[in-house]
Amino acid sequence: MQLGKLAERVRSKNAGPFWISIDVFCGDQQRFDTIVKALSSDTVAAIYKVEAVNLLRFEIPSLNVLKFSFPRPVMQGSKEDRDMHGAQWSVLLAETELP
Amino acid sequence: MSTRVLIPSGVLGLGFSDEALHNGIKARPDIIAIDGGSTDSGPWYLGTGNSKYSQAVCRAEWRKLMEARAELGVPLIIGSCGTCGVDDMVDWMAEITREIATEFGQSLKIAKIYSSQPHAFIVERLNSGNWRALEPELPIAVNDIESASNIVALAGVEQIQQALLAGADIVLAGRATDTASIAALPIANGENIAAAWHGAKITECGALCSTHPTSGVVLLDVDHTGFTVTPMAADAHCTPHTVSAHMLYENADPFHLHEPGGTLDVTNAHYEAIDQKSVRVTGSRWITDDTYTVKLEAARSAGYQTTLLALLRERRYVENARQWIERLHAFLTTLISERLAMEPVSYDLDFRLIGMSATLGAQERRDTIPTEVGVLLTVTAQSAEQSMEIARLCNPHMLHFPLTDHEELPTFAFPFSPVETARGELYEFFINHVITLDNPMQAFRLETETINATG
Repeated sequence: MQLGKLAERVRSKNAGPFWISIDVFCGDQQRFDTIVKALSSDTVAAIYKVEAVNLLRFEIPSLNVLKFSFPRPVMQGSKEDRDMHGAQWSVLLAETELP
Repeated sequence: MSTRVLIPSGVLGLGFSDEALHNGIKARPDIIAIDGGSTDSGPWYLGTGNSKYSQAVCRAEWRKLMEARAELGVPLIIGSCGTCGVDDMVDWMAEITREIATEFGQSLKIAKIYSSQPHAFIVERLNSGNWRALEPELPIAVNDIESASNIVALAGVEQIQQALLAGADIVLAGRATDTASIAALPIANGENIAAAWHGAKITECGALCSTHPTSGVVLLDVDHTGFTVTPMAADAHCTPHTVSAHMLYENADPFHLHEPGGTLDVTNAHYEAIDQKSVRVTGSRWITDDTYTVKLEAARSAGYQTTLLALLRERRYVENARQWIERLHAFLTTLISERLAMEPVSYDLDFRLIGMSATLGAQERRDTIPTEVGVLLTVTAQSAEQSMEIARLCNPHMLHFPLTDHEELPTFAFPFSPVETARGELYEFFINHVITLDNPMQAFRLETETINATG
């Protein structure tokens, strides 16, 4: 199943010009547990083509949220950037099939 | 004791509900604080020293806030004037403030905090070792600093407190952290420091921490043990979920927030609904740094751009759009070399296929054939003239370039005349560092002025 169909919402946004942060709102504890187990940091790092050591992972059970942050592979507003606010980056994760 | 801060909206120019503002005024806050800035819209605003929001909209909203301030007799603060917070944008807000004060017949003391940094001071900080890279580390040399068109330092609460101490009715701050203008008075009043910063972070986007984000106005009460947040629109509610979830927003680390002078740690914070509308938060911690550091933001020119947009609707070209732009790119590169004597090291052609992969580029995994494709060509060169010359060279070929050599020339749809749009100068962010200050005012200038109402 695709992550975006299981989770309530997957969103992304810049955290300053040099970082992107992605929030997976799982919806409830059961889905939170499932997603936390199914979605490894290595998978997320590979999707966004960043080094796994640079990927921060936060599991927040009080909100049933799984959060990832990593340095932007292209800097915000540089000529290579396609998404000034980083808000569509979440789609890549939302469209990932969970094992 | 408790300090009450009214936050009308996440940023001046974004709008707020008049009814919610009215409710906020009735709650008799000790101060009104609003943010004016962000890097979120990209480096152009800092690079050129411009505001993202229209002056007319900012004036209309500021007028309402100046009216509220006069009614309450409390200070009004804006942080990061004019999006980027350069000195000119502080003066821009000062001019708007003078005009409105004259219109209302208000006598005022205005304090202006200037955050723009002379290159020489930043070079001195770098050379004296009072400089530290943040993650991700960007390599910076002294020459790089000279290339900045604007550098600002982000003020904290100390600089705003100086302005309040000077007896200002209105504080116009240059670049400051989003939270500083909200946290300044509660901390000056001796409230819990961690609660002041944490409450400021929760409320810095206005009602985004509530169930009704566009209503704008929220009220923050900070005391000795924690803070309470209450949205002012009749139909808005804060819940422990909406409030704690706001720590995720635009934060790489949802538990730690670095501010001038220290770090907020909310790992053990407790969020509790105290009624249908309000949430009480306790248990956050403030860790004071040994040295006083402020973060820098800087932008510099990265060339000049011109864009062209062609629309492909003919099925064969839509199906083969990728091959078409590859072939066209190679053809144009040769032609630019022959006709303009320019090689790709000195310019850049960037093709994006709108409808196929313009958003995600090489990362796009979907591969379907759309009805039509927009081909956006962005030319970046070292001068506006070169950029336009290259774009003009590209123009007829964007219109007529064939998929193969031996076929009738196609003609695509151009939506505009001229097809070239000069985008002007491209800017880039290039510093991700903090500097250490000997005292909080070292990198900032405070000026006060008095407006005397006449008649």
